[in-house]
Amino acid sequence: MKGATAEKDASMQKQKEMIAHHFSELARVKETRKKVVYTFVPGNLTELINHFGMLPVLPEINALQSGMRGKSAEYISIAEKAGHSEDVCTYVKTDIGMLRAGNIGPTGEPLPKPDLLLLSYTGCFTFLKWFELLREEYDCPVVMLHVPYQGDGEITQEMREYVSNQIRDVVIPEFERVSGVKYDPDRMKEQLQLSVRAEDDLVWVLNSARARPSPIDAWFGGVYYIGPMFTSFRGTQDAVDYYTMLREEVQDRLDQKLGPVTPDGPMREEKYRLVIEGPPNWTSFREFWRMFADEGAVIVASSYTKVGGLYDRGFRHNPDDPLGTMADYCMGCYTNLNFPQRTALLESYINDFSADGFLINSVKSCNSFSAGQLLILRELEKRTGRPGGFIESDLVDPRYFSAANIKNRLESYFQMIEARRKGATS
Amino acid sequence: MNVTVGIDLGSTTTKAIVLDEQGRIVGRGITNSRSNYDVAAQVAREEAFTNVRFSMLSRALEESKLLKGRQAEFENALSRGFALEGYLGQLDRLEVHCREDLSSGRYGDLTLALSSALSDILRRLRKDATALFAPGRNARSDFFRDIAGSGFISAASEISRAGGPPFDRIVGLFDKSIIPVENEPESRSFSQRLLAGFGRIAGSFGVDASRVRELLARVADTPLTPVRLVGTGYGRARLPFPKDQIRSEILCHGLGAHLMFPNTRTVLDIGGQDTKAIQVDPIGVVTSFQMNDRCAAGCGRYLGYIADEMNLGLHELGPLAMESKHRVKINSTCTVFAGAEFRDRLSAGEAREDILAGLHRAIILRAMALLARSGGVKNEFTFTGGVAKNQAAVNALRELVAENYGQVTLNIAPDSIFTGALGAATFAHRDIQAGAAASGEQQLVKASTAPNSGECHGDHCGC
Repeated sequence: MKGATAEKDASMQKQKEMIAHHFSELARVKETRKKVVYTFVPGNLTELINHFGMLPVLPEINALQSGMRGKSAEYISIAEKAGHSEDVCTYVKTDIGMLRAGNIGPTGEPLPKPDLLLLSYTGCFTFLKWFELLREEYDCPVVMLHVPYQGDGEITQEMREYVSNQIRDVVIPEFERVSGVKYDPDRMKEQLQLSVRAEDDLVWVLNSARARPSPIDAWFGGVYYIGPMFTSFRGTQDAVDYYTMLREEVQDRLDQKLGPVTPDGPMREEKYRLVIEGPPNWTSFREFWRMFADEGAVIVASSYTKVGGLYDRGFRHNPDDPLGTMADYCMGCYTNLNFPQRTALLESYINDFSADGFLINSVKSCNSFSAGQLLILRELEKRTGRPGGFIESDLVDPRYFSAANIKNRLESYFQMIEARRKGATS
Repeated sequence: MNVTVGIDLGSTTTKAIVLDEQGRIVGRGITNSRSNYDVAAQVAREEAFTNVRFSMLSRALEESKLLKGRQAEFENALSRGFALEGYLGQLDRLEVHCREDLSSGRYGDLTLALSSALSDILRRLRKDATALFAPGRNARSDFFRDIAGSGFISAASEISRAGGPPFDRIVGLFDKSIIPVENEPESRSFSQRLLAGFGRIAGSFGVDASRVRELLARVADTPLTPVRLVGTGYGRARLPFPKDQIRSEILCHGLGAHLMFPNTRTVLDIGGQDTKAIQVDPIGVVTSFQMNDRCAAGCGRYLGYIADEMNLGLHELGPLAMESKHRVKINSTCTVFAGAEFRDRLSAGEAREDILAGLHRAIILRAMALLARSGGVKNEFTFTGGVAKNQAAVNALRELVAENYGQVTLNIAPDSIFTGALGAATFAHRDIQAGAAASGEQQLVKASTAPNSGECHGDHCGC
């Protein structure tokens, strides 16, 4: 049996190679003449883009990687100089700034311009404005897939048909026009079969956090685990291989009763099991993670790792109904759920993963996530009786990450859990 | 006596509470937090230990019956004499540092004139010192930098106007030396200062001076052993304590408020740069909290800026605001913009008291938002922190709470500034009761009472 760290490195290495290859492909489009489609993580139609031999680019991912690479402050500043206000989503500003600074991707190679913008999820209103800006910047067409919000907490047959008809009548014809490739239902079925295999393994990995100690951190570690699934690789053999490898590694950690791997090595003692709502901060990602790991706090489930699909609640792509399943997928992403659904999901995580409490990281930039979070907090406190905590930061604007303040709140929160465990004797 | 100590390192002031073996409060100490949290913690603790010894002294005097009906008067005079001795000691250290600065050569041709001005100022300060600590006089501040600074500036201004060196150069001497003065421990022990203070008043009470002196020396030498310290507050990470002796100020304020008012369910603490809204359960355990993020708008420091802007003492703001007849509506609570907002309103012809009333309401409005986020205001509601001493802020809070949550009992303890320290001291006390080992604390106590060992004997201890 290999050691946990070595095995973690193997899947990480695999993912790095996949990403490097993808960006290398993007850098070579002038010679390969492949077409490029920019799109978003929620409701991404990766299989469909790949089906037409086109290459996806995800501006959100570029923005968060810019944040992790310490570039976002500069990019945001460029965007603000160009007239975007301080209150605009910092993913948008980072993307615009990166574009103005030469559009150099995370591997140091320039990103190609899009041949098409696929607005395949509309639950985030900012997405519409974001691609409106990119349309102006790149002077390229936009294909819009209107995805109805689950306001009533369900996906009706009419909603399903409405979305799948758009895919059939608008998206696929536009893809065929841009790529020059014809849609092939049989090949699409094969792609979706690969999607399902990877989805099964991802769900297994996420559910491994039910164990004590949890072998994974489902937020800080989780954002790496969802990477291939939420970006450019779903429906590929590479993604299947990655998740097989990851599953084996996590199984090893489970067998050895090891905690998650943190920036400073395996966590020694699991003291607090938490569910978390909201995205992480990317600019101080490791420092932020350490604030949890140093206290023995592990995230056992998170809503953020469901923005690109709620696979752990049963959804799988259906190879026998490609267009219908894509519609279901788009409408089922976490940010497309209404408040009662989000609250119920978090409640079930708290119970199913035996959490000591739940935290909300409210980010300044993201109304899709942040609006209503305090109501969710109160409701969860009421339903579960477990302590809720509230911290505030931002996605990629370092000006809104106040380390001392966040650490203070987290320490208070952990001590609050401890005090409530012990009653008044603490 | 074995004691437990709680230290609350706030951004503006550092507070210490000492509990006896039964968990009763036996001493309180407060100092300004300066630029050096380590020293602030040490000074606050020393103040609290001084307070403990004065309590012990009071009991010993009562038992001795040496003062026959004049004990309260004697204790008051002794306390003032003790404070005067401390003040004079600090003036001596101020002179040493100022003279060192003067001898650095950087004042060139001005050196001689500045030296002469310094002598003149210190002579005046020493001459006025007795009056400052005379019965009936209440100092504007408890802190040396405020008391001495006020006299220094006033004397410097006179000397400069009379043809002496430029005002800012003279005051520069004070500014440069005050931090080292504050950061040095007292050069004389508690006992030395106490007996020197007694020497100033011994003749006024017709007592047997040698018997009283003997009693004072005995109390001063009684060992005080801090068996456990718990630190909290903004600067707690700076304390040389093991991690399990550092507690969040949220928990400490929640517990402290519960101990002061056992029916407390909601706590609002407005400190120098933090505002905290806390919900507690019936035994004082925090169930939920919210605090200001990223920005200190609407915190105590905001009022500090306004006081500076108006050239008033912080404690004078509330009474002035209470004179308002037509409160001005103010929306901004940005601490940095506070001065500009104030000047704008003045230039628009608004009365100072009306602007101040608006400013007080503005900070309470911001606190109301935090309270709402934490789960609202539940009965009983306890207001703590430095701003709770400000009656205009209290009135604004009372009004807004009634508007939004109906009638609730609003508790404000006279010593509410010690709420966090009380919570910390109680955590320390409970730790000991729960069997916290004595092993770690010897090291801890050594770290925090250097150069002595764990016990504070008052007479020989540098703590």
